[in-house]
Amino acid sequence: MLKNLKLQKKHGLYIPLIGMAIFYLLPMYVMLATGFKSFAEVDLKTMWNLPQGIAFDNYIEAYAKLAPSLWSSAKMVVPAALISSMLGSLNGFILAKWKFKGADIIFPLILFGMFIPYQSILIPFVQFMNAVGLTGIPGLIIAHVIYGIPITTLTFRNYYASLPQELLEAAKIDGADMLGIYRHILLPISMPSFVVVLIWQFTSAWNDFLFAVILTSNTDWPVTVALNNMAGSQIISWNVQMAGSLLAALPTLLVYILLGRYFLRGLLAGSLKG
Amino acid sequence: MNKNKDRYLSIILISPSILAVLIFVYGFIGWSIRVSLSDWKGLNPNYTWAGSKNYLALFSDPRFHVDIRNTLIFTGVFVIGSIVLGFILAVMLDQGLKGEGIFRSIFLFPMAISYIVTGVVWRWLMNPAEGSRMSGLNLLFDSLNLDFLVNRWHTTPIWGMAAIAIAAIWQMSGYTMALYLAGLRAIPHELREAARIDGASEFQIYRRIILPLLTPISLSALIILGHMSLKVFDLIIAIAGKQLPLDVPAIYMWQTTFDGLFYSRGAAIGILLLISVAVLIIPYIRYTLKAED
Amino acid sequence: MSKKFWSSLIAILLLSAVVLTACGGAAPESPAEEAAPAEEESMEMEDAQVEVFSWWTGGGEAAGLDAMIEVFGAEYTDVEFVNAAVAGGAGTNARAVLASRLQAGDPPDSWQGHAGQELIGTYVVGGQIEALNDLYDAEGWVDVMPETLIPLISHEGNIYSVPVNIHRANVMWYNPTVLSDNGVEVPATMDEWFAAMDTLQAAGVTPLALGEQWTQLHLLETVLLGSLGSDAYDGLWDGSTDWASAEVTAALDDFAKVLTYTNSDAASLSWQDASQLVVNGDAAFNVMGDWAAGYYIELELTAMEDYGWAPTPGSVGVFQFLSDSFTLAVGAPHPEGAEAWLKVAGSKAGQEAFNPVKGSICARTDCDPSLFGEYLQSAMEDWGSNTVSGSLTHGVVANDSWKSEIDTALGLFVAGQDVAGFQDALVAACASSGPCK
Repeated sequence: MLKNLKLQKKHGLYIPLIGMAIFYLLPMYVMLATGFKSFAEVDLKTMWNLPQGIAFDNYIEAYAKLAPSLWSSAKMVVPAALISSMLGSLNGFILAKWKFKGADIIFPLILFGMFIPYQSILIPFVQFMNAVGLTGIPGLIIAHVIYGIPITTLTFRNYYASLPQELLEAAKIDGADMLGIYRHILLPISMPSFVVVLIWQFTSAWNDFLFAVILTSNTDWPVTVALNNMAGSQIISWNVQMAGSLLAALPTLLVYILLGRYFLRGLLAGSLKG
Repeated sequence: MNKNKDRYLSIILISPSILAVLIFVYGFIGWSIRVSLSDWKGLNPNYTWAGSKNYLALFSDPRFHVDIRNTLIFTGVFVIGSIVLGFILAVMLDQGLKGEGIFRSIFLFPMAISYIVTGVVWRWLMNPAEGSRMSGLNLLFDSLNLDFLVNRWHTTPIWGMAAIAIAAIWQMSGYTMALYLAGLRAIPHELREAARIDGASEFQIYRRIILPLLTPISLSALIILGHMSLKVFDLIIAIAGKQLPLDVPAIYMWQTTFDGLFYSRGAAIGILLLISVAVLIIPYIRYTLKAED
Repeated sequence: MSKKFWSSLIAILLLSAVVLTACGGAAPESPAEEAAPAEEESMEMEDAQVEVFSWWTGGGEAAGLDAMIEVFGAEYTDVEFVNAAVAGGAGTNARAVLASRLQAGDPPDSWQGHAGQELIGTYVVGGQIEALNDLYDAEGWVDVMPETLIPLISHEGNIYSVPVNIHRANVMWYNPTVLSDNGVEVPATMDEWFAAMDTLQAAGVTPLALGEQWTQLHLLETVLLGSLGSDAYDGLWDGSTDWASAEVTAALDDFAKVLTYTNSDAASLSWQDASQLVVNGDAAFNVMGDWAAGYYIELELTAMEDYGWAPTPGSVGVFQFLSDSFTLAVGAPHPEGAEAWLKVAGSKAGQEAFNPVKGSICARTDCDPSLFGEYLQSAMEDWGSNTVSGSLTHGVVANDSWKSEIDTALGLFVAGQDVAGFQDALVAACASSGPCK
């Protein structure tokens, strides 16, 4: 009896859950439906209507416009994610297991870098990067690597700190040096953290707009900037814009669908308690 | 001997990162502070010492007052909304329903998308037009006979910022949900069972046992969301463009620096933003690091 | 580790492998392509290129630029054209990047800027662009451009940029059917306009469609022009009209009154949305630059049937213009290339290639009208005969700092509706960043 009642109560939860799911999916619907409409069909008043036909013209047009910048983004995001993960892993290892004098000061200093508003470094950043000629994709990679160091370091440090010290001591007795321990003991068991950090860096670099708009020009725009520019400063074809928006979001959505669990952990890594 | 070599090696390996952070974070902050104390207006750098002039001007600048009001409204609605909604979603998903994974994915997916993309859609959804031109969510409410929900969204005087916060809640509440869900899963089942046996109602269990246990998570969420809301920029630009009623310090900084060429004023706004983030973050970092020891 | 973990990991590795091979595949192609002709041609012409910086990155603007580049390529086959276009926001981001390049001493050879004070106040005062008087003399440009234009793009007797196109800011678009249904004539003066809008409002029609903040600034400049007249309006920008005067108060009162006729959701509309209200019959009038004609053409509407146009009330006989123009950098790395580019930008062929595509008219008065559509032909006629005034929103009459202070004052005014406070802020803006002392 009681169990039945409980079960019913539980099933009642589906109503608010489905309601919330609809709320979360509404913008997605608008994006999809508008992406299939023709230019003349696009009107604010009829935004909830289904498109009159399923045509992929807008997607083809958007892809044609965005293809070069999708590659630019890929060329930028992959090295940025890989390099900052490697650096983060090394730093995390040293800060967790190989503390040197001053490490307790260095770590919070690095950590704080995660939270700075970019507005407070924007003017010097623009001046500096242009003065040393670090623009375009290489400049963007460097920016994402450097401003990614805090979060990658934190994630790996927390993970390594949770490993028992005995693991290292045993290896030390066997005569392994620091790099040996890192390479043969810690690296092989770091894969989960790597996945988390790679996903995090991948999505944040892919979605970044501020650095990209400052550092790149039309030959190497990443996709967020290209999307913003597709409109030009005057006439906007919303149907193509929406189709393009979906294309631009596709890689992160794909990573997120394929690796949902790790994506979740990646997000949690953003909190200090990760 | 060996130990010394490793010690040097570790310092050598970590120093590029430290150096990079020192230059790109702290060096640049110092540089910004210097600019904010200068008289630089126009294209060419001008480091003439101006003291606190730019800061004092901001404190009496009506636009900056609007910015502060907007930031407070946005932060309040966004942080409270995301935490409450995220908590409710997490509790619902924690009941072990079928299809939990699907719901979790749906609630989380907005986070994967860039603000630039979602802002465009929200701009449409929150169209405040009335009468025959009604569209977006208002049109939806109207056709569902939910007229009382029809409103002017971000064009509402003074409180328009709260509408922008709704879009931000949409994007970030999945994150707080994930935080809370992780927290709920970590609470041992026996604790709830024991309370139930003692005759506590479900509500009491959440109120007296679970919420207190989740305090560290709520604190994390508060800090993360709070510092995000101080930096909000692309979402507002994508939804509303650069308009004074929805102005925030980050937008003022960009506009005054790069449109108006008031470099020193822009730097001062950046530094004030940094100070407000630091007030929030530094105690938190200290608290977390202490808790570890 | 769980099975799921490893399968996910493999997925990620595959994904990055795909990405990496794609990059790897693409990379060798392009350098090979570029390298080959470079080696063949230019042993002696090593520096024969020109880097031109603009924010024309999409739509008709980018297409127009491409058309002009084609003309350039046909004429200067040995000069490589480097198109350094930067994104976004009517040039805001581009200007940020340009400013930092100039500060770093790495200027492009030539860059785009709105003709007038936007260029002069920022780059001439900053010592970053060269005077072009010799080029104007050699090419005979002074004779083919309107007399009243030259002072607006000059500073202390020198001309600093080559305008390629002209847009008109003071255009009022209207819906002919809505006007005739309500028995309203197209207004020519401010008073007629107010009367017409009263009639329309009483009939339940939104009289004036308005969009987001920059379109409000655009409306303000046309109301100032219409209310003050072109002489007093021009005087605002050189200090001869007092911002604190009673006539400015009256003009601002007019502006406040105009705002009462607008749609309540202005802040949420782009200029296109506002333009669309007119042709949909949801509003009677809209004040917008003449790029709106390009939008209407794209919507496949018929001129004078679906939409009509007239100068904004009170500005008949005045052409309030804005113009994109190109400059010559001080210390340009390729001055010959830059000069070649400027010659094309100022030439009849270059402007006739660019403007029909961009949807603007030539800065020269001798372009062939048959290349242009109905609206643009009427604009060409006016451009040749009207008095020329400059636009505030689009960089002609005020420098960037001044404009941004006015924009802030406008934003505060729209939120608070305090005319006296607005005027005080405008007076202060002129004193801090304009010619007023």
